[in-house]
Amino acid sequence: MRCTKCKGTASIELRRHHSAFCKPHYLEFFDRQVERAIRRHKMFAPGDRILVGVSGGKDSLTLWDFLLRHEYDCTGLHIHLGIGDYSGNSHQRTVAFAEERGASLITVDLAQAYGMGVPELSDALRRVPCSGCGLSKRYILNKEAFDRGFDVVAMGHNLDDEAATLMGNVLHWEVGSLARQQPALPSTRDTLIKRVKPLYTMTEREVAANAILRGIDYVEEECPNSVGARSIVYKNALDDIEAKSPGTKHGFVSTFLDRIRPVMETSQEDFDLRECTICGQATTGEVCAFCRMWQQAREKAALRTEK
Amino acid sequence: MKVIIRNPRRRELEIEGSRRVDALLRELDLNPEQVLVVRDDDLLTRDVMVRSGDTVEIVTAISGGAGTGRGSAG
Repeated sequence: MRCTKCKGTASIELRRHHSAFCKPHYLEFFDRQVERAIRRHKMFAPGDRILVGVSGGKDSLTLWDFLLRHEYDCTGLHIHLGIGDYSGNSHQRTVAFAEERGASLITVDLAQAYGMGVPELSDALRRVPCSGCGLSKRYILNKEAFDRGFDVVAMGHNLDDEAATLMGNVLHWEVGSLARQQPALPSTRDTLIKRVKPLYTMTEREVAANAILRGIDYVEEECPNSVGARSIVYKNALDDIEAKSPGTKHGFVSTFLDRIRPVMETSQEDFDLRECTICGQATTGEVCAFCRMWQQAREKAALRTEK
Repeated sequence: MKVIIRNPRRRELEIEGSRRVDALLRELDLNPEQVLVVRDDDLLTRDVMVRSGDTVEIVTAISGGAGTGRGSAG
């Protein structure tokens, strides 16, 4: 197969774009697409202080690498989740990446900062690990960004993540989540930092190709808790369709963002946000979901210890 | 040829004969939208022939679990 631009040997075919690219032209194409997404949604500008959520996987390291190469003022935030070897390896890769590039990295150890890692939290709550894990990551990223004076939080979500989330939100008619699903979620009050997803137009395979071609040493190992996760069920279903009808995932997400979400946004009642009485972060209730969850986990863990 | 499936669980297979990348993926029941095929640090497109003596690595791109995607005020 030949590169659409130079007719050299292609490294990757992008059926949804009816194109194929050699390594240099693919890397150029990838950067251009990400730059376009950043500009289109006014995600950030040079001079903005960006906190990048970094897990050590291909998506977050690709995003961080992009921001560093384009000389944005960015710092990585890694959350050590305490999930056995997986978290150890993820932390190690993240630290190595930062050291190689002289990039600033903040690490929050969940067990040290909040008293439990994800496995203990899940045991205490008797809930699947992913729910407490996702909530903790969202909360900590926002809180650290607020406490440390960052302008924006950037995350490595790709097109497959967005399409799978959209599918889940549609299948369960999560109207509130649909109204908030967007590549750049603006700050609506001081304690809620703007949150952006610069890779949202790139598929997971395209991000992995970029990481491999750029020699980014990312963690390939999957979180052991993700086995059977609903997001993977949705991704598999979407990729079955994509294989037969290239461009489906992009059409699903982009049409939602352009035509459907604006309607849903206006149909949403304004949230009555206030400050959490424990941590001061924005919440719809008296105590935010994060503080409620950790309160319950500590109480349940203490009760079990007494028994 | 030696086929190394790198993730999510590493396994190695020995496959006889030559075939195109797309035929290899069909044989392994892998969705081409979810994987990349690597030989000597180069990515291979679906029309490339892989032959006896080659070592081919297959990288699965799909990942999931607890994202931070759903908008939430907390």
